[in-house]
Amino acid sequence: MAKRLDIKDVDIYYGAFQAVDGVSLTVPPRSVTAFIGPSGCGKSTVLRTLNRMHEVIPGARVEGEVLLDGEDIYARTVDPVEVRRTIGMVFQRPNPFPTMSIRDNVVAGMKLQGMKNKGQLDQICERSLRAANLWNEVKDRLTKPGGGLSGGQQQRLCIARAIAVQPDVLLMDEPCSALDPISTLAIEDLIGELKKDYTIVIVTHNMQQAARVSDQTAFFNLRATGEPGRLVEIDDTDKIFSNPTERATEDYISGRFG
Amino acid sequence: MSITTPPVDASAIKPTFTNISASRKIRNGLATTLVTLSFLIALVPLVWVIVTVLVRGLAPVLNPDWWLQSLNGLLARQQGGGVYHAIYGTLAQSLVAAVIATPIGIMVAIYLVEYGGRGKATTRLSKATTFMVDILTGVPSIVAALFVYAVWISILGMGRSAFAVSLALVLLMVPVVVRSTEEMLKIVPDDLREASYALGVPKWRTILKIVIPTALSGMLTGIVLALARIMGETAPVLILVAYAPYINFNLFSGNMASLPLLMTVERSNPTAAGSDRIWGSALTLILLITIFQLIAAALSKLTAPKTK
Repeated sequence: MAKRLDIKDVDIYYGAFQAVDGVSLTVPPRSVTAFIGPSGCGKSTVLRTLNRMHEVIPGARVEGEVLLDGEDIYARTVDPVEVRRTIGMVFQRPNPFPTMSIRDNVVAGMKLQGMKNKGQLDQICERSLRAANLWNEVKDRLTKPGGGLSGGQQQRLCIARAIAVQPDVLLMDEPCSALDPISTLAIEDLIGELKKDYTIVIVTHNMQQAARVSDQTAFFNLRATGEPGRLVEIDDTDKIFSNPTERATEDYISGRFG
Repeated sequence: MSITTPPVDASAIKPTFTNISASRKIRNGLATTLVTLSFLIALVPLVWVIVTVLVRGLAPVLNPDWWLQSLNGLLARQQGGGVYHAIYGTLAQSLVAAVIATPIGIMVAIYLVEYGGRGKATTRLSKATTFMVDILTGVPSIVAALFVYAVWISILGMGRSAFAVSLALVLLMVPVVVRSTEEMLKIVPDDLREASYALGVPKWRTILKIVIPTALSGMLTGIVLALARIMGETAPVLILVAYAPYINFNLFSGNMASLPLLMTVERSNPTAAGSDRIWGSALTLILLITIFQLIAAALSKLTAPKTK
């Protein structure tokens, strides 16, 4: 579990348009790395290249290397399906499978990968829901549809679903942006706990959130409209929020732009 | 600390809101009348048809023999007998067509939505397929029937049979199924596909286990509506199979009746018995289609994603 990610000089394209230019950074295991920056600066795009979700979009491609404990996930011989099994993802909007019960949603990954043993699936279901702090709220209605839960519960259901396949890394794309403050707090607490077992990368628009949950923070920005996004600075979260090296970072954090 | 607001002098200020102007009231009235009238005009022929068919067709249909006997051995002017041979023919021909057309239509739709690319990245094959489906949708049933006659009967040397009718119905049903399935697959949010990919589920399994179950409710409705549409097709049965007043279970040879065919054959029968059979068959056909639509509605409700 919990592996280290090295991103080396990654350029990301949508067709002919270059969205991200030359990003290099390292995500240590058992830590939370936050990506912050204005809209459209490419932070979500970078996140999506870390488990090869970017290439799902027609015409999208990636240059450079992304190493998971030294292994390039973009090597020719690597199966993207395998990569996504190892590096899980939670999306901006909660997206439980509408046709499935709560239990089936949690074990969807294992089931669709071919696991049939009911006892084992039940075990995974309980373990994942407990890890996502949702077990006590839903244990009496596991057979009810996942779509009937509140937004915050649905997002924790999606986190439970993502960790049920036991990934090494968990990517979160603005997981709280559709949630109220109480659900957000629940998810932030959860991130703090999950950090013990997983390597976590989180994209957020909420700088207080980045400051609260992350160990290191990466600030992304555009040089100008229409130009590719780039990594301005990455450092310990404390340093980024108290004494950043780059002027642009300080301006952004203090609210002078963005 | 308290906030004090100076009192409003109502007489001194111009009101913000004025009454609806007369011209707007008139225009609103005109438009409402026009829309309601159009609705009524559209409704008139519909109600008229249903009432006529019910009035003229109800008596023969209410006789149990109608559902249990054929017209075998009956003279044209003789009352009685039934049309179960034609009901069997209609159901068999259209269900066989549906069994062939549905998988083809669904797979074409899956190709178009899941593999054909979209926007600028649409593949050539996908564009060509969409174009052909559009053309097929507009092909008149007589053309489909003549095409099957030319290929299946003239070139391949097969006889006229119920199966030939089914083949023509397949041509008519496939584009309808493709279209409706395509629309249903398109409205499955990409979020769900991505959620599945992100769990390390391969694309084909995502389509099979996530996309199709989510769209199933609408897909079923579309398929049954297409089935209902082909059940009343008349041109293929006129060209590709001969009428029989008796039951024939063999789809691949011999004459076989169907409701539209029986109606056109009985049109040359000037007696009251003929008239009863025509209107009775019309009512039976409407009933069958209604039953299929009710089944579609029930299935769609049953398979729709639930939140409780």
